Amino acid sequence: MAIKTFLLQCWRVFARPSVHFSLGFLTLGGFIAGVVFWGGFNTALEATNKEAFCISCHEMRDNPYEELKQTIHFTNRSGVRASCPDCHVPHEWTDKIARKMQASKEVWGKIFGTIDTREKFLDKRRELAEHEWSRLKANNSLECRNCHSAESMDITKQNPRAANMHETYLFTGQNTCIDCHKGIAHRLPDMHGIDPGWSMKTSAK
Amino acid sequence: MKTRILIAALAFLAAAPAFVTGVVAADGPAGPKLPSGPHPITLDVQAESTHREIVDDVKNMRNYADQPPLIPHAIRDYQIDLNINKCMTCHDRRNTQGSQAPMVSVTHFQDRDGQTLGTVSARRYFCTQCHVPQTDAKPIVGNSFRDFDAVLGTAGREGGK
Ligand code: HEC
Ligand code: HEC
Ligand code: HEC
Ligand code: HEC
Ligand code: HEC
Ligand code: HEC
Repeated sequence: MAIKTFLLQCWRVFARPSVHFSLGFLTLGGFIAGVVFWGGFNTALEATNKEAFCISCHEMRDNPYEELKQTIHFTNRSGVRASCPDCHVPHEWTDKIARKMQASKEVWGKIFGTIDTREKFLDKRRELAEHEWSRLKANNSLECRNCHSAESMDITKQNPRAANMHETYLFTGQNTCIDCHKGIAHRLPDMHGIDPGWSMKTSAK
Repeated sequence: MKTRILIAALAFLAAAPAFVTGVVAADGPAGPKLPSGPHPITLDVQAESTHREIVDDVKNMRNYADQPPLIPHAIRDYQIDLNINKCMTCHDRRNTQGSQAPMVSVTHFQDRDGQTLGTVSARRYFCTQCHVPQTDAKPIVGNSFRDFDAVLGTAGREGGK
């Protein structure tokens, strides 16, 4: 009963028009508070958008990260380093939210320990990789193109082998980066039944 | 503030021998700069520069007919294991039309009993056992190999006469 009266009192105070503060102060104050909270939300989101966050989980550190270190996206002559979120979280705000929702599933996976050993990770790898492939296929390899763009690609500077491929399949819009460049950042899972991007079967589609 | 300067000065003093030997090493003659005889372990021997891979896509002449041809292209990070043989994504019979790569020859299909299988046999699965890319490094040891034509003096003659 006491709680109820207390709550009621609170509500009355809350609902009564302000006598002490001007309307201007309240709107402005509300605005500032809004900015602060929104900013805080954004900052929190930014923090989860860093590689350090990703590899705070051993699943991500012991497997994809260790492998990434061997590849051209970790060390190269240009000194540009691709980090996990560069390839895995879209820069678009809306895509970001959608991806974060999916990430909660990962947190779930962590808590219930779906992949707590290397073996379990390898067993699951094909499935996880397929999620990434279909995502990149659907967005036309958006993340790759944030750094590499077909428009800025000077194929006369590429080796003939690469230039031929890009000319035949990429510039014609037949295929996208991920069709041909699977496994550029991590070891590949069992690839049986997956055609390379230049196979006549896929390109005939 | 003062203590910081002091620490910096001490660190510099401690590093002085390294500076001096570094200078000595840099003054040495060309080639591997390892002095003969005992030398202080603090001496830094400069590593030789690494050599560039030749990845110009130009096929190399084979020195004898059944030499495994050299790889004329980049193979960095190409995975060859139980999960995937990256080489075969281009050199497999089924993929050569799309990749315009030469097909592995039929010798690759033969097992050790001479049986020709439908695809690459186990003993030819690990391509880089036999096929290697080249760098622009100068050979450390000379080579007096002469090919078939040079030995028989038949260079330029065709038709087996
Ligand atoms: C809480 C620990 C944890 C964190 C932090 C984490 N991951 Fe994961 N991640 C997992 C687990 C567990 C899975 C497997 C989920 C499953 O079984 O479906 C996974 C799966 C993935 C997949 C496979 C995709 C899929 O849809 O199946 C990708 C890609 C990935 N993580 C990338 C990242 C990136 C990028 C970050 C940083 C922004 C990150 N992860 C942060 C634990 C984590
Ligand atoms: C250069 C782009 C790139 C970077 C950087 C990158 N990834 Fe990936 N990742 C991919 C692609 C592409 C796939 C799809 C599978 C494949 O092709 O290997 C993938 C797949 C995955 C998977 C699914 C399982 C698998 O191995 O296929 C996980 C988990 C993952 N990445 C996590 C990470 C984490 C964690 C980092 C940072 C340490 C990271 N990735 C950095 C491109 C990248
Ligand atoms: C953060 C920027 C960034 C992102 C994102 C990125 N890359 Fe790269 N990529 C690089 C850099 C830098 C290099 C090395 C360039 C050099 O020095 O040769 C590179 C190199 C490459 C190479 C050349 C490999 C070689 O051995 O020469 C390929 C292929 C490639 N990237 C494909 C991809 C694909 C596919 C994706 C998307 C899954 C992707 N990249 C995402 C920056 C990026
Ligand atoms: C039809 C298949 C195909 C598609 C689609 C494709 N590539 Fe490639 N790419 C290749 C091949 C084959 C090579 C040469 C072999 C290698 O590097 O493994 C290559 C080489 C490269 C290189 C190295 C260039 C060099 O001179 O060594 C980069 C960088 C690259 N691709 C980026 C991309 C990006 C970014 C996209 C998407 C915008 C893309 N590729 C789409 C097949 C493809
Ligand atoms: C993206 C497709 C592709 C992949 C993957 C690839 N190759 Fe090639 N390879 C070619 C092409 C195309 C040629 C023809 C010459 C050129 O363009 O470089 C060639 C030429 C060769 C040759 C020279 C043949 C001759 O007659 O001189 C050898 C040997 C070779 N590759 C071995 C390999 C090995 C070993 C691997 C795996 C480590 C591999 N290739 C992966 C496309 C590929
Ligand atoms: C045991 C050594 C060995 C292994 C392993 C091996 N090769 Fe060869 N390869 C040869 C020899 C020898 C030749 C040249 C004579 C011949 O064709 O048999 C050759 C020829 C080739 C040619 C040129 C064929 C032509 O007709 O021009 C290609 C392409 C080739 N190999 C690719 C590969 C690939 C890809 C692999 C891995 C799947 C591989 N090789 C594994 C020894 C090997």
